[in-house]
This record gives sequence, C-alpha cells and structure tokens, in this order.
Amino acid sequence: MTILNDPVNAKLGDRAQLSYIASQAADARLNVELETEGMTLNIGPQHPATHGTLRIIARLDGEQVLWAEPSCGYMHRGYEKLTEVRSFPQVTSLINRIDWLGSFANEVPFILAAEKLMGVEAPPRAQWIRTILFELSRIANVSLFLGDLGVQLGAITPVFMAFRDREYVLNLIESATGGRFHPNFDRIGGLKDDLPAGWIDETKVVMKKLRNFCDEIESLLFGNEIFQSRTRGIGVIPRDVAMQYGLSGANLRASGVDWDLRRDQESPMAWNKVDFKVWTHPDGDSFARCWVRLQETREATKIVDQLLDGIPAGPVMAKVPKIIKVPEGEAWVSTENPLGEMGYYVVSRGDSGPFRVKIRSASFNNISITPWLLRGVYVPDIITILASLYFILGDIDR
Amino acid sequence: MRLQKQKGVVNQLSSPAETTPVVDNVRDQVLAEVQANLGSVVVESLVKPGDDIWIRVSTQSWNESMRKLQAMGFDYFCFLSAIDWMPSPFGRGEDDPTEPAPERDTTIRPGYTGGETRMQLLVRLVNSRSFVGINVKTDVPNEVYTVDSIANVFAGANWHEREAHEMFGIGFIGHPDLRNMYLPSDFEGFPMRKDFPLLARMVKPWPGIVDVEPLPGGDADQEEAS
Repeated sequence: MTILNDPVNAKLGDRAQLSYIASQAADARLNVELETEGMTLNIGPQHPATHGTLRIIARLDGEQVLWAEPSCGYMHRGYEKLTEVRSFPQVTSLINRIDWLGSFANEVPFILAAEKLMGVEAPPRAQWIRTILFELSRIANVSLFLGDLGVQLGAITPVFMAFRDREYVLNLIESATGGRFHPNFDRIGGLKDDLPAGWIDETKVVMKKLRNFCDEIESLLFGNEIFQSRTRGIGVIPRDVAMQYGLSGANLRASGVDWDLRRDQESPMAWNKVDFKVWTHPDGDSFARCWVRLQETREATKIVDQLLDGIPAGPVMAKVPKIIKVPEGEAWVSTENPLGEMGYYVVSRGDSGPFRVKIRSASFNNISITPWLLRGVYVPDIITILASLYFILGDIDR
Repeated sequence: MRLQKQKGVVNQLSSPAETTPVVDNVRDQVLAEVQANLGSVVVESLVKPGDDIWIRVSTQSWNESMRKLQAMGFDYFCFLSAIDWMPSPFGRGEDDPTEPAPERDTTIRPGYTGGETRMQLLVRLVNSRSFVGINVKTDVPNEVYTVDSIANVFAGANWHEREAHEMFGIGFIGHPDLRNMYLPSDFEGFPMRKDFPLLARMVKPWPGIVDVEPLPGGDADQEEAS
C-alpha cells in the first residue's frame, strides 16, 4: 500500500508495479463498462456551416450524437405578417430576401399566384426571360453551394473558384435587372424591362465558363477520395422518410424520387419548351445530394442555352391596370427553386393587398428532418450532413 | 462590358390567357376517389378546373382523414398552416392617428369550401405518383382553438404545428413538443392573429398618410402665379 500513498518516492521496482496496477485498473474500467458522461455541444449560432445563424444543440456520448435539435428564429423577420399590410407589387421586395442567393426565383411563384388570381398571363417573351433569370439564379445559388461544400470539408480551393465564377452570373443578373442580389424585377403581368442589347451573346459565353466550372468541381472535389469517404453512406435518408418530412428539390431527388416541378407541373413558364434531364440518385446519402446538385447546375446551363436560342420576340409586359386589385380567391403556386419547392398560398379579398400569404419555403422542411437524421452520427459528420442538406437561414426563418 | 438597353420596344396588348378547361377530368376523378375513401367526413369540396382541389373535413376526423389520405397515396407532406378569417380591426395600419378610428367590417367570411369558425387549418398533400395536390382544410373550434396533432401521421408536420402554435395560438393534442420555434419563450400574444397589431405601424404613423410637398414648377406653382 505504501507505493499508492507515496508514488513519487517509490522505488523502481515499485514504479513498475504501480504502472502495472494502473493499467490493470484502466483495463478493468473499460471491460466492466466505461462509465461516460454525456456532454452537450453547442454549434452556432455563428458557425461557417450554418449559412446564417442556425444553432444546433447536440447531446453527445463520446463522439456520437445522442440527439440534436436545431434552434431557429435568430433571423425571423415575420414576412407573412408584413405581407398583410402591403400591396401586391410591394410584396416582391420583401420576398426577395427569403433565399438571398437566388432572389429572382423567390419572386416568380408569388407573381404567378397573383397572376392566376387575376386571370392575367405574361406575354411569351416575358415568360422566357423569367425562366432564363430563374435558371441563372439557380446557377448562382448552387455554384456557391458547390464551393462552400469544399470549405466545410477542409478544402479551401473550390470556394475561390465558386466565388470567381458566380460573379459572372451575378454580373449578368445585374446588367439585366439592375440588382446583383435583389433584382425585384418581376411584375404582375410581365417584367419591368426587356433584356439589354448584347446580353444573349454574353450569357452564352458565361454558360460555357460555368460548364467548365462544373467539370472542374467534379474532378477536383467529387473525385477526391477524402470527399467521397466523408460523404458516401453518411446521413442516408430513405424515400419514405423524405416524403413524410416534405423534403424537396435535390434532397428528395437524391433519395430516388423522380419528381421535378419544372417538368411535372403545368405552369406559365418556358420549361416545357426545352429538353432537359431530371437527375436522380438512388443512394440518399450526403454524396448523392451533392452530386444531384452538381448535375442540376450543369443541366441549368444547358436549359439557359436552349432558351436563349429560342427566345420569342414581342412585348415583355401584359396590359394590367395601374392600380392592381386582385379578385377574391385563393391560389397556390409553387416552383422548383434552387433550394427545393417554394410556394405561396395567397388568399385575396379583392383588395390591393393580400389577406394572407403562407410562404412555404424549401429549407424549413428540409431542415426539419435534422433531429431524425443527426441521431447516432459522429460529430464531424454533423457538418457534412448539414452542408449536404443545403439550407439558407433566411429560407428557414422567413 | 457595358450593356445597353434596347430602345423602341412598345408594350402591346397582352395575348389573352389560354382558355382554361371547363371540365378537369383528372381532378374530378381524384376528388371522387377521396370522397369515396373518406366518406361523410368531407363537409365540402371544390375543384377549380386546371388549378387545384380543396376539401374541408370535420374537426373530429382530422387525424383519421390524414391517415386515410396518406394510405390513398397522398404521401407527400407539403405544408401545414392556419388562416385567421377575421378581417383585421386595424386595417393595413395606414390610419391617421389624429382622425377618429374608422368603422371596419369585422364579420368573419371564410374562403373556399366555407367554414363555421374563425380559424382554419390548411394542409397541402401531394400524391407522389400522379403529382396531383390537394388542399385539406378543417375548422378550429372557436375559443378552444385546439385540434388533434397530425405529427404522428406526417413527421414533417411537427415543426409546422409548432409554428402554428406560437403564431396563431392553436393547440395540438398529442404533439410531442410544442416549444416556441421563433419567438422568445416568454412572448405574450399570437402575432399572426388578425387582432394582433403590427407594432411597427402603431408606434409611428404610416408615412403614406402625409401629403407629399408639391414639386417646384408643378401644378401648385401655376395656381399661385395665376
């Protein structure tokens, strides 16, 4: 017992014995059952992986997550309430800020819902330009995702490439609409303005650059062994669960659901005039979600190219009254936005402003699966899974 | 790269919207199937040809009808929300505070497929095979404002019900966890109810009520000169 009371002054033989006893004790503790204590890990609200201010509270057992719960509301701006005190044309400047990386795509479903209630249809040229700008905002949005994905796995190069090439697309959006991030270009009955001269040729050049960017990312990131081992088989969402949680966009298609609102829904847009492939992946893991997004970006550049070739001539604005009053009724319109299905349920009372607008944003549903999905994963995988689900906080909180 | 706007393009009359089909066989058939499956719990229904389907089910059968719809193939949960049908007593918050408050009609007038109560729940489900959507409404009893939760049918309804709970003050029986999603936990009132004023419009009068000063050289100047 003396060596245990006075380990420092113990003799050499005693020391050997001491280390033996210590190792035995450690082994015994492991063998019996390691008595561990849970730990609560707080991720965010400020974290590069949160795309805004999403906070995740995770209860850990060692490296494993027992449960995780996202905490939203750091960016709640109350758009649904604010729409009730605004007129229909004023609402578009608000809803631009929901998904700030693909702003133009936010405006379209709301304008379509108002047009549906009014019985107005935009002229063909406006529909085509709308679709082109819609796809450009998808490219701007998802190309940033592709770069950001690398950063969250520790690869810094892709994000520089993404920011470089996204800038070309933002320049195009700016020269057409006047706004880099918040175009506010869509009007009830058409568009604010026609395309500037020379825009079409310029866009074709940029689309080629973006296709190169997709190829680069595919070989640099998606072919990388580390990337694959960090994402393959991680965060698997089966088809049934994805449907129950109302996942949409690439997250749903990565679970093997062949459903794209651009193809499977009638809408006064130009998607049914072009030929494009809807990419799906059977695996449902993080890799599948990222891969589907990459393919979609490349497909979007092809859609834009086809649309530019066949753009019809004519006016860009239908004849609508100066003061817009929307007849009484209810309408639901959703489109396939960069993040997934985004829709507006608009209730009008024959007033100049909406009575109630329910904003169905893609990220809210997409991120509501995280308590289910993060259970049992390892801590570094939290970041990969969140990155692959791809959310914009403005789209969750609205 | 400097781009110039095209000039000389004059807007013309819009091409009239394509005539919507008067009969929508697909949606009529879907509605007939739904009515056959759900039976008498469907209180009212509406099909707008080429647009959408609305049905209203009784409050008691809310959870059960969701289960039946899911079994029918409407297994994609799109969203859940509520509508407060009472017109806002504050209008659009554009009143002049110096004037007496205007009289407003606050009679409750429900929308498509009717309804007897002030609050209604609204769920949109989509059939994952035919991609036909359906809007399902139900009345939320006045004063009590409580309905059954459907989070055990569609797991995704969990967060949507939490949002409806804090924003509209609707209770959901059987919901696992009705914590606030956005608001602080000690927040009082239900912001999305129509009788909850938008405070930004209350603390400061709406700037639109003030007449803008006439521009120099405008009509007012000419009147003075004459």
